[in-house]
Amino acid sequence: MDELINKLKKEVITQLNLEDISVDDINPDAPLFGEGLGLDSIDALELIVLLEKNYGIKIEDPKDGKKIFYSIRTMAEYITEHQKKA
Amino acid sequence: MPSRIFVTGLGFISGMGSNVQENLTSLLNLRSAIGPIRHIETNLKDELAVSEVLMTNEELMKYAGLQNTEVYTRNTLLGIVAANEAFSHACLNNHPGIRIGLISGTTVGGMDECEKYYQDFLTNDSKNSFISTYDCADSTEKIADNLGLKGFMTTISTACSSAANSIMFASRLMKAGKLDCAIAGGTESLTKFHLNGFNALKILDKQPCRPFDATRNGINLGEGAAYLVMETEETNKKTGNTVICELVGYGNACEAFHQTASSPDGTGAYLAMKKALDMSGETPDTVDYINAHGTGTDNNDLSEGRAIEKLFTGKVPYVSSTKPFTGHMTSAAGSAEAIISILGLQNGIIWPNMNFSNPMPELQFRPAGEMIRSVNMKVVMSNSFGFGGNDSSLIFKKHGIH
Amino acid sequence: MAYINGIGIISPQNTLPGSDFLEPVVEHTSEFLKSIEPVYKSYIDPMASRRMSRLIKMGISSAKICVQDAGIEMPDAIITGTGLGSVEDTEKILGELSKEEKFLNPTPFIQSTYNTISSQIAINLKCHQYNSTYVHRCFSLESCLIDALLQIEEGTAVNVLAGGIDEMTLNHLSIIRRLGLWKREAIRNLDLWSSKVPGALAGEGAAYFIISEERTDKTYACLAAVETLYKPESTDKTAETVVRFISENGLKPEDVDLVLMGNNGNEEHDRICNDVIEHALPSASHMVYKHLCGEYHTVSGFALYLAANILRKQFIPSSLPCLPKSPGKLQNILIHNHFWNTDHSFILVRR
Repeated sequence: MDELINKLKKEVITQLNLEDISVDDINPDAPLFGEGLGLDSIDALELIVLLEKNYGIKIEDPKDGKKIFYSIRTMAEYITEHQKKA
Repeated sequence: MPSRIFVTGLGFISGMGSNVQENLTSLLNLRSAIGPIRHIETNLKDELAVSEVLMTNEELMKYAGLQNTEVYTRNTLLGIVAANEAFSHACLNNHPGIRIGLISGTTVGGMDECEKYYQDFLTNDSKNSFISTYDCADSTEKIADNLGLKGFMTTISTACSSAANSIMFASRLMKAGKLDCAIAGGTESLTKFHLNGFNALKILDKQPCRPFDATRNGINLGEGAAYLVMETEETNKKTGNTVICELVGYGNACEAFHQTASSPDGTGAYLAMKKALDMSGETPDTVDYINAHGTGTDNNDLSEGRAIEKLFTGKVPYVSSTKPFTGHMTSAAGSAEAIISILGLQNGIIWPNMNFSNPMPELQFRPAGEMIRSVNMKVVMSNSFGFGGNDSSLIFKKHGIH
Repeated sequence: MAYINGIGIISPQNTLPGSDFLEPVVEHTSEFLKSIEPVYKSYIDPMASRRMSRLIKMGISSAKICVQDAGIEMPDAIITGTGLGSVEDTEKILGELSKEEKFLNPTPFIQSTYNTISSQIAINLKCHQYNSTYVHRCFSLESCLIDALLQIEEGTAVNVLAGGIDEMTLNHLSIIRRLGLWKREAIRNLDLWSSKVPGALAGEGAAYFIISEERTDKTYACLAAVETLYKPESTDKTAETVVRFISENGLKPEDVDLVLMGNNGNEEHDRICNDVIEHALPSASHMVYKHLCGEYHTVSGFALYLAANILRKQFIPSSLPCLPKSPGKLQNILIHNHFWNTDHSFILVRR
């Protein structure tokens, strides 16, 4: 899990162009949206593309994103769970 | 005292029909143009519901009476068909000396051919004739050339409010005495480019769209073109054209909120409608009908609904979104829906908001569920809102009523 | 008629705030003249700018520089002209779509929409007022200025933020080069007028202006009028339009002190520029300027920046030699431009 979390942090930083943020700056349990990293709805759509592209996981309803993208850890958990299924 | 602006010509092509009469017939028969993708080669072919103009490009060429001497994109062909109809309707060719302008809205421009030939553009000379048809101005200039227009022309792109803003700018140019008459509206063909773009935003519904319904789930994109011929009161004395109605108000405002989303309270929508209403000299209780932008997305319909409730406190007029008929014609939506509103005004009909069954819990009012005939209508409002919170509202009034 | 009370310009020359009027002149030797960009962090919050492509950042920054230069809090309208919008974002999508229709990112699509620049400026300034975008080749900026002048005349605005912006990319250049109108190899920009390589030299830039109702101590010059002309039948016809245009503004041909000409290095294009001015304004001093900024759809913005500064400073930089001689006075400047003899535009700027 820790390995996936680290990998995800790097991918999120690249995908969302978070230039001034390093892997160590992101707390895996802190919220990505709102008060945490301050991401917005377009970032959520970018994260949907990331999951599809890098992990082959498709999210049809963007509303599901809220839970999945709550934090890096929730993302990692979702990926682990859904890759098992496949 | 600035001149009054009269509408004297209409031209309209959409999935519902190739001219105003065919579109009217479809509206009267509640015939939606939403269906599967036919013309565009795309992986989304079996996934999405859209509204396409039935004619192929070759058929459109023939319909418009065009020779094969020029390269025409679909956007241009649709624009030529609608502009020709509007222009012939108002018989402007017989009146030399009148300064006629053309203001056209489009955002995809010649992207339909560009996306097919992009790799050729990069690697070889085989598709060079399409390189200069890619930009937005190409369709405007070819529409002008086809009609023999040499006067002022420009192209507006404010996404889904482009055509409404074109009508607004044309009117302002006439009031300022820069033009006597103008053809204004918009054209937009479906492209793989924006089908995929909207799809990436996750706002396309696979089912027919359900504006203002609690279960709404997004947009059906559509294509087509619509143009209005407008002239000043003074010019109308010279042309003697029959006045269809009067453009009495317009307003544009910006949400300044988000690149794509509308603000939850509908600030931009409210400001645009308010500006239009103030200019028109009408009051909230004299507006008979609002043709809402009503895209069918979660966000738009809530934001627009709240803005309507705020402006029309206590007594919301008949409201409907006609996008379940036409699909979302994006840059052409403003003029297409202006014409649909005008057809309602002419015929005393409130167009139904098709596919509506479940009221939104957040709103007090419900859209018109069924077609209502024999309504004494005087004033109609048409809303068009675009990306970047670019919101515009137009108000048309029956001619001869004070 | 209105006043130019603020300018924000990002161009291939030294035009950022604090720079001396075009000094020193910047030499470019690459395929096209690329803009000298500011430190964007000074104008856009990094969190907001992280997804933005270069064009959007140039647009917001030049708009903010302009508003600051005018010393106003908030414009009453925001109007942008752009021939092509964000070429970089459009190319990204076209590139993706030609591979497979999968994994398309939403950001380039949003940014490829032409009115993103105007709306991002509005978001940045929190401006809820009138917002529009014109996308008509060499009428794009001109349409903005016409709209701005109308706003002032209508009394709906006191200060309008209006500007033009376009970017060039190597990909796009390689495509338009196929049309045979553009230089097929890099040259030194300062050698443009003596270069043996045929065709226009490509460039880019962003220039925003505060167009105001009133003359203030910030005023650069007066934007007297803007005219467009579509597909003129002949050079004579174009020249006639010039004479009519300036006479409608109360001027005789000999009152025009200086003409900023639209020459771009393409022989046929330049011949039309020369003929028009020779026919219409034979006694006016004239200069060419596109060796400094290159050719692009909204290049009149660079010319308007030049005209406004020349009138305010009453000084012409050495990188802009006048023919046949320097004007005796600097009161009235005419800017002429055209797009392959299809879209001609004329902007009259007065002291």
